[in-house]
Amino acid sequence: MNDSTEVSRTAAGPEAVNLEAAAAAPPGSGPSAAPTAPILALDAVSVSFGAVRALRSVSLALAPGSVHALAGENGAGKSTLVKVLAGVLRPDSGRVLVDGEPTVFHGPADARGAGIAVIYQEPTVFPHLSIAENIYMGRQPRTSFGRIDRAKVRRWTADLFARLGVALDPDQPARGLSIADQQMVEIAKALSFDARVLIMDEPTAALTPAEVDRLFSVARALKAQGAAILFISHRLDEIFDLCDTVTTLRDGGWIATEPVAGLGADDLVRRMVGRDLDSLYPKQDAQIGEVALDVRRLTREGVFTDVSFQVRRGEIVALAGLVGAGRTEVARAVFGIDRRDAGSVQVDGRTLRPGSPSAAMSAGLALVPEDRRAQGLVMMHSIERNSTLTGVRGLTRGGLVSRAAERGRAADWAARLELKYGRLSDAVATLSGGNQQKVVLGKWLSTAPKVLIVDEPTRGIDVGTKAQVHRLLSQLAADGVAVLMISSDLPEVLGMADRILVMHEGRLAAELPREGATEEAVLAAATGARSASEPAAGQGGAGVAQ
Amino acid sequence: MSSTSATPRTSPTLAAAEGTASAPVADTAPRRLVALIGRARQAAILVVLVLLLLATELDNHRFLSSQGIKDLLLDAAILMLVAVGQAVVVITRNVDLSVGSVLGISAFAAADLLAGGANPAWAVAAAILLGAGFGLVNGLLVSFGQVPALVVTLGMLYVVRGLDSIWVGPREITSQSLPAGYTDFGHGGLGPIPYLALIAAAATVAVGYYLARYRSGREFYAIGSNAQAARLAGIGLRKRVVAAYIFAGALAGLAGALYVARFAYVDATTGGGYELTVISAVVVGGVAMTGGVGSVYGAALGALLLTSINSVLPALNVSSVWEEAIDGFLLLVAIAVDRIVAGRVTSALRERSPHHG
Repeated sequence: MNDSTEVSRTAAGPEAVNLEAAAAAPPGSGPSAAPTAPILALDAVSVSFGAVRALRSVSLALAPGSVHALAGENGAGKSTLVKVLAGVLRPDSGRVLVDGEPTVFHGPADARGAGIAVIYQEPTVFPHLSIAENIYMGRQPRTSFGRIDRAKVRRWTADLFARLGVALDPDQPARGLSIADQQMVEIAKALSFDARVLIMDEPTAALTPAEVDRLFSVARALKAQGAAILFISHRLDEIFDLCDTVTTLRDGGWIATEPVAGLGADDLVRRMVGRDLDSLYPKQDAQIGEVALDVRRLTREGVFTDVSFQVRRGEIVALAGLVGAGRTEVARAVFGIDRRDAGSVQVDGRTLRPGSPSAAMSAGLALVPEDRRAQGLVMMHSIERNSTLTGVRGLTRGGLVSRAAERGRAADWAARLELKYGRLSDAVATLSGGNQQKVVLGKWLSTAPKVLIVDEPTRGIDVGTKAQVHRLLSQLAADGVAVLMISSDLPEVLGMADRILVMHEGRLAAELPREGATEEAVLAAATGARSASEPAAGQGGAGVAQ
Repeated sequence: MSSTSATPRTSPTLAAAEGTASAPVADTAPRRLVALIGRARQAAILVVLVLLLLATELDNHRFLSSQGIKDLLLDAAILMLVAVGQAVVVITRNVDLSVGSVLGISAFAAADLLAGGANPAWAVAAAILLGAGFGLVNGLLVSFGQVPALVVTLGMLYVVRGLDSIWVGPREITSQSLPAGYTDFGHGGLGPIPYLALIAAAATVAVGYYLARYRSGREFYAIGSNAQAARLAGIGLRKRVVAAYIFAGALAGLAGALYVARFAYVDATTGGGYELTVISAVVVGGVAMTGGVGSVYGAALGALLLTSINSVLPALNVSSVWEEAIDGFLLLVAIAVDRIVAGRVTSALRERSPHHG
């Protein structure tokens, strides 16, 4: 079934037209309606990092005119597989086949030369260079004497953005772009390649629904032109929406390759996790106590205005809204990273000094940021060093950090978070995305916070780890921690939160209680369908219909 | 198989790009802001430079005479050349501390050849080649050895100086043994503009144009800005880093040959401590040590400014003991200004970003 070599060798044979046959080839899409021999395939590929076997004899075939999904939990080997296809990693054993021919990629440039474009999970931009240069670096169009044709670089970039419906200035430097914008730059870059194979590793994690729609219509257009697309997402509905075929990996091994049509979400989750998930969103009932975090009339010019809310002990309050509504900014201002122009923040009745994260920390506030790579982790440091960064104080002996104590605490957290790792002394950069997120959580939880602010805690995390993170947050609430959770994942918001605050364009647009909150109500408030000035009582929430 | 390779190669990207002229109406304010600040840095140096020179001229009317300008440019030319090479290295987020030693040994090599009656063109070429050779060693050690540039080139600073001392010993080469034509060239010029300054300016413009307008030139910036992203973009990091060091070495070698023409004196200590002046010039000129930012024009202006300060002090009868303190102060001001401006620009861009969430 997954024997790619066989498929490519006998491209003309009817038996080769296997999985994708019926679903994939769009009627009347030119020559690609004929046999669908894979453009790119992996044949029994294995990759190990030290003791961790990231891929075990995995095979995969990407056919033209088809969108192939790759599903699996964090650490299942998806990103490793992408790196092999992109020429970043060379497999320890097994072959990469391009048009059926065994090929060795000596680097990303070789893979690009073979027509493979990759959108990586974590955007990698050149902060000092313009967006247009970011997209065309190394392959700028040229005029006479090999000089770069700057006008053309700019125009092509503008046209790519027009196609994606993005309002970004090609000449603006990439630094200061939000993750979503950086991701759009990555997407534009991949599109600019004229690729035969487009690989998208979690491209939608930071995007708004409108941007996701845009991306999908571009992906469908490429598919209709005969490109092969590999799509990775933790949002199962996206897989069902876009993809024709799905291959599931678990713990580095191949589990199944099957058509998406006729597959249920439950089936897919079972393949990924290897067991049934009892409940994805297990918010336990907790004793709601007194007010732990009291934010009053917080304002930052041009970013957010007059934001007031409270979070009680044992309570999980979700801060929902579209990307750009100002949620992250509110969290940063509460924690004291960004300045605020007006308003006050109290933790346990004590007013925080503005602009001082260390004051916030000593008052018992913890913030787990959205961009874990840039803000939450020191990537080159070890797991143990990272997980104890915030709490070195308790680990010192005679003023020096005790390695044994550090290791002990890290090991304790690793076990509680079910961290998947080689050794505690490994660099955090070697962990998968979900496991990195666990390290960030562990780092903050080790400070025993009274108030925990988590920004997109499960962004880019697989179903299994997600459930673990949810269990953990719920456990913390039960222990009396006040949790403020910023999330764009609506089922998560509805399942986890006791109350939902919805932001729209820098203001609190609605406050919905747990019972009576629906996806429609949250979305309506987030998109401004309901007047922002309407009292945020929430009783009307359930009644809002589409 | 033939069908697969035939079909999808032509995706609509380019076709669409060439066809439609309807680019989205983009907000041009951030672009202007950033371009302005990039240029403002160089403008600021120019303003400081002009004010400095005018103030000095008011105090000492012979300062801006034809000879005064000529001396100033002569002094600046050699520093400029080395600073331009250093800027290329610093843009890739590396550093070359060995340029002073390389300048010294290249100067002696050129002088030794000239004293032996060699063709001046060959002597200059030999100095450039020698410098490029040391640059190659630096580049290979930094890019393949995975050793921080600071350490590698510090080692090279001493190694090259040691070789220089062993080779030169107590010898010195003075104007008596050098061909008169060569030292005349070192002092000659078109009007008040010395040939040396013309060479330095030509090198600066050539390198600046190359870095701005060629794919390989932009790759130096890409590597310094984000090495990981550069790797993913298929840029050959090692090749470029080695090239940057060869560049810096060759320019230091050329500067060594011109040093002989200018000063008509070389011994084993020539160029000692020069690397720090060069790095100051580069940083004052707006090339960030953290890579990816700045231009060789800025570095050249920085060289001009530092040189001017050093010539202004004697003209104002200020004791030369102030010289180093003032250089150092300028360096600290430049770095502080960079930090503040960079912070402001980033937050300004962040607030303009369409979604900032």
